[in-house]
Amino acid sequence: MSEEVKVFGFWCSPFSRRVELALKLKGVQYEYIEEDVFKNKSPLLLKYNPVHKKIPVLLHNGKPIAESLVILEYIEETWKANPILPEDPYEKAMVRFWTKFADEKCLPALWKAGWSPENEREKAVDEACECLKTLESALKGKRFFGGETVGLVDIAANFIAFWLRLIQEATGQELLSAEKFPDLFKWTDEFGSCSVVKESLPPRDKLLAFFKARVAEAMDAQTNASK
Amino acid sequence: MAESDVKVKVLGSWSSPFVMRTMIALNIKSVNYEYLEERLWEGKSELLLKSNPVHKKIPVLIHGDKPICESLIIVQYIDEVWSSTPSILPSDPHERAAARFWAAYLDEKWFPSMRTISIAQGEDAKKAAIAQLEEGLVLLEEAFGKCSKGKPFFGGDQIGYLDIAFGCFLGWLRVTEKISGINLLGEAKTPALLKWAHRFCSDASVKDVMPETEKLAEFGKMIMAKMRGAAPPKS
Repeated sequence: MSEEVKVFGFWCSPFSRRVELALKLKGVQYEYIEEDVFKNKSPLLLKYNPVHKKIPVLLHNGKPIAESLVILEYIEETWKANPILPEDPYEKAMVRFWTKFADEKCLPALWKAGWSPENEREKAVDEACECLKTLESALKGKRFFGGETVGLVDIAANFIAFWLRLIQEATGQELLSAEKFPDLFKWTDEFGSCSVVKESLPPRDKLLAFFKARVAEAMDAQTNASK
Repeated sequence: MAESDVKVKVLGSWSSPFVMRTMIALNIKSVNYEYLEERLWEGKSELLLKSNPVHKKIPVLIHGDKPICESLIIVQYIDEVWSSTPSILPSDPHERAAARFWAAYLDEKWFPSMRTISIAQGEDAKKAAIAQLEEGLVLLEEAFGKCSKGKPFFGGDQIGYLDIAFGCFLGWLRVTEKISGINLLGEAKTPALLKWAHRFCSDASVKDVMPETEKLAEFGKMIMAKMRGAAPPKS
């Protein structure tokens, strides 16, 4: 009996792309279902994730799992090829620590810095840079956070490797530069040049256009607010 | 090499539900440990700042010379290092995912709404926060039915990961009930959880580390007074 694996996602979401990346790394075949998250979530999504009503959802043999980091641990436990977590319990705990840090501290700080109104921007940028500096310390000169191969921390930090660069291009801000964060910057290139990673990223031009549209919206909103 | 030869320390605070998770997990595995109380209001110890430089928060588990931070990460570490039965996480990957999902829900949505109640300005804000808490409990009642499958705990016959993740909040839940005058865990909407709460609190691995509601309530009042008086220290 063949396994049925489905991923409910959204084309520009780093969270559903994390799940796709992990599945691809492990050579797992899956069906991808695009959800119209802004306007029209499908009844299936609402059935499979009634608590949060969000993507991503992984469906494995009819059973749904929600929350990207929970899904990643499930994928690791279910498909053993190309492990994304170390065996040693202490090393594993460290990987989980940095995964959580990237997800709960870095991402929100970076997002906030990208979209803050003028008067809050400096503080938001400072906080985001602190996060990047701390995360960079976990790299310790390695090629990937996972060592020689992409691991859980790399996957969780996917936003920084790709989405952040495009947000910077759209907003004209530069949070992550080679001068300020040499190791982390180098990592974004290493990560981005993996063929498996490239296959699981959104189309660059489409995502850039998406962010540029959001910048324009934000500026209109600010202009209207100050009228 | 016997794990029992390596020293285990817990840096904590008696009122913290997150610290309680660590101690319950160690108790389940019958691991001896030294408990070091951090008096957070008086400033953080050198050991805490050295062991958790990123967050400067408790709990920290120090196993030999290795510090491990973040309560749920610590619980999983304990389960993996002291891998003899009883197991804390379920063995089935789907059940493990469900346990992790609900633990994340508790930390990211449910417990923060409990904290909101104490700082909510005005009756409407308070009511909204309480409603969120109640909704969450109804979801957890349903989750209990699915996870326990008729057995006494989320983890089955014994306390497991989700029991620990949720049960640690019972002390503060009771304080919230006391202060708000509202019965949050009750016969009407959460009968199974009500019974589970009693079982959890009386369990051998829990009862000595669950603080008394009265003591927590007094502590809660003191914190509120300090917060109104001055900015609280970041912990």
